[in-house]
Amino acid sequence: MKTNFLKITSAVVFVAAFMGSCKPKNTSDTVSGDAAQKAYVAPGKYDEFYNFVSGGFSGQLSVYGLPSGRLFRVIPVFSVDPEKGWGYSEETKPMLNTSHGFVPWDDLHHTEMSQTNGEIDGRWVFGNANNTPRIARIDLKTFKTAEIIELPNSGGNHSSPFITENTEYVVAGTRFSVPGDYENGDVPINTYKDNYKGHISFVKVGKEGEMDIAFQIMTPGVNFDLSHAGKGKSHGWFFFSCYNTEQANTLLEVNASQKDKDFIMAVNWKKAEEYVKAGKGKKQKVRYAHNTWDDATHSAKSEIKTEVLVLDASELKDICYMIPCPKSPHGCDVDPTGEYIVGSGKLAALIPVFSYDKLQTAIKNKSFEGDYGGIPVVKYEAALHGEVQKPGLGPLHTEFDGKGNAYTTFFVSSEVVKWDIKSLKVLDRVPTYYSVGHLCIPGGDSKKPFGKYLVAYNKITKDRYLPTGPELCQSAQIYDISGDKMQLILDFPTIGEPHYAQAAPADLIRNNGQYKFYKLEENKHPYAAKGEKEAKVVREGNKVHVYMTSMRSHFAPDNIEGVFLGDEVYFHVTNLEQDWDVPHGFAVKGADNGELLIMPGETTTLKWVPDRVGTFPFYCTDFCSALHQEMQGYIRVSPKGSNVPLQFSLGTNLPASK
Amino acid sequence: MNKMYALAIGLLLFISCGKDKTNAGEDFSKSSSSESSTESSATDASTYDPKRGEGKFTSVDLGDGLDVAMAANGEKVAGVKCMSCHKLTDERLVGPGWKGVTERRTPEWIMNFSTNPDPMIDKDPELQAQLELCLVRMPNQALTDDEARHILEYMRQNDGVK
Repeated sequence: MKTNFLKITSAVVFVAAFMGSCKPKNTSDTVSGDAAQKAYVAPGKYDEFYNFVSGGFSGQLSVYGLPSGRLFRVIPVFSVDPEKGWGYSEETKPMLNTSHGFVPWDDLHHTEMSQTNGEIDGRWVFGNANNTPRIARIDLKTFKTAEIIELPNSGGNHSSPFITENTEYVVAGTRFSVPGDYENGDVPINTYKDNYKGHISFVKVGKEGEMDIAFQIMTPGVNFDLSHAGKGKSHGWFFFSCYNTEQANTLLEVNASQKDKDFIMAVNWKKAEEYVKAGKGKKQKVRYAHNTWDDATHSAKSEIKTEVLVLDASELKDICYMIPCPKSPHGCDVDPTGEYIVGSGKLAALIPVFSYDKLQTAIKNKSFEGDYGGIPVVKYEAALHGEVQKPGLGPLHTEFDGKGNAYTTFFVSSEVVKWDIKSLKVLDRVPTYYSVGHLCIPGGDSKKPFGKYLVAYNKITKDRYLPTGPELCQSAQIYDISGDKMQLILDFPTIGEPHYAQAAPADLIRNNGQYKFYKLEENKHPYAAKGEKEAKVVREGNKVHVYMTSMRSHFAPDNIEGVFLGDEVYFHVTNLEQDWDVPHGFAVKGADNGELLIMPGETTTLKWVPDRVGTFPFYCTDFCSALHQEMQGYIRVSPKGSNVPLQFSLGTNLPASK
Repeated sequence: MNKMYALAIGLLLFISCGKDKTNAGEDFSKSSSSESSTESSATDASTYDPKRGEGKFTSVDLGDGLDVAMAANGEKVAGVKCMSCHKLTDERLVGPGWKGVTERRTPEWIMNFSTNPDPMIDKDPELQAQLELCLVRMPNQALTDDEARHILEYMRQNDGVK
């Protein structure tokens, strides 16, 4: 959601939220008797679905259970996370590297799970960084970010990370058009129309998930908002909503809301592939980071790439087509059959539904009303299946239940509306609390939705929970949609600000080969100490490498002397445990670079530069056993040039006798 | 009132299926390492065999003498996974020293305990007594069957088997 948009509509929201005439006064009006039973998951029992929820401005990805709304994990992705050491340990720092250097905090906007044959397959979740444009791939065997790729020629990666039905590509449409990185960007801002371009990236996803920018499509300067791939018969096409087709460069809330219609851009990516093969792309000089995590070395590496292939949509006429769509469309959602494309004009009071078949006929018959920056504009009526009339105010996002129904959120009128895709008739509506943005039905944007629950992610919380000062958690609501009428069954608080979310049946994830720990025999970390006999301290110039092990409940070594002021000390801690759920922590006094949390079998490194002479304790920060409080040690720092020999030990440095 | 009614129904349902042991899933439904684990496992304490322990090993063929190759590999594996807590002498470190263990315990007990520690700690009276001394439950170090066998051979070597 755009902040601008929040501002422009906030007045309406207040009125709508408190109008009363069309709203129940409190939840008792809408929560019926068996709601608790439907959301209740007994102690020790599992939820039916995993829910992967974008953390918005927190930059992270949170994992909840449905229908309980219980939080299981926050996976660090685009922001440092002190709880997990993400961005603090030497091994994880390269994951947050970009062409601008280390970026500690970004905005994870949307999530998309990998698919095979249009169905969720439980391998990965993708997330997009909105600010410094990137896509991340999170591995669902480890629940860890495995890869991050930066996107050149982009400003605000919002229209992302949506995928094709076999995860051939994950896309990234730039929200802010900008001059390309390969062009001179030092141009007057009011030359937007001439100098600014949109770039849409098609990032190839390999068998093991590895990402590589296959090509970019250059378009006229507009704002790309959301997107979804065709599926089934429309596989091979991708649909992107765009706004600011006015090409305003200032006061967009007014100047980008002038036209009655903006566009949904239909992209024939199979055609684009043909042009790439035929050598029609231009190689452009750019710089972007590609960061990968290695489960064997427990380390990340960051590589800067310098070239990208760009196709010009205005030259290659049959890649892109513009479909007029009312009023700054946000959601751009394709139904499970692949026939219907739902555009949600966020300032509109109707929902247009386009037909893939009609679009194909219109293109064949050249039913165009002109062009936009060299891209053919299809006649609205020629591509239109029909409009949902008077559905509500401010449609944003639509998902599907696989039974012929669509569910659309309405930000301005704070409700979810269920309607029939073919007949376009409104079937049911329920209020949300308050001002819903996205919604999620498990598998709801795939070929195979699990139409049992619907979660609404609300933008405004107000009085839903006990107050916590000026800042409130975001509020999500779960509805049972298995019957004809939607039924609110639970509120649950979320971290950051969820935008999009995805959900999958629990069995698909927990039976995918989940890691319980890292096998020591597979640990290829260059500083691993596999067993206490390999624990040691090695000096290389002013660098001191401590090969340390941790086991319930001691470190080896736990007495270290002969370190001097001016040294850089690297604690490489290997957790020798080989059991599920037994991490150890590591903290040393005065470390200005955080702490460590080390998973069983993993090796993790903390860089520590002592700033004074003295004796410094270190200890385990994760309660590991009854003797956890005994899991500690000392490191002695002497003045530079002193003659204290380097020594380290465990259990043998007995009290000195007088 | 509605809520009370729902709660009552909920309770009824809960009670009626309270004995139902259909767990949501495989090994992920079992607690295995929790220090405060009180979950009962496959067998209860009354059927526990203190000579054999509990686990997959029912009889171990020791052969005639020491298998030197197995013992050497056992030493390697133990160095990574065991020696943080056990000494080869009879001295206790975190856990008891290994000297004499093959004389005190059957081979089956040793291999079951090293691969299936948690259920055995919950049931074996001697292990419970040991826990009162050591206060740390022996962790499951994810030994393969072969590794457990090799470590047993290394223990036998340590106890003087030739």
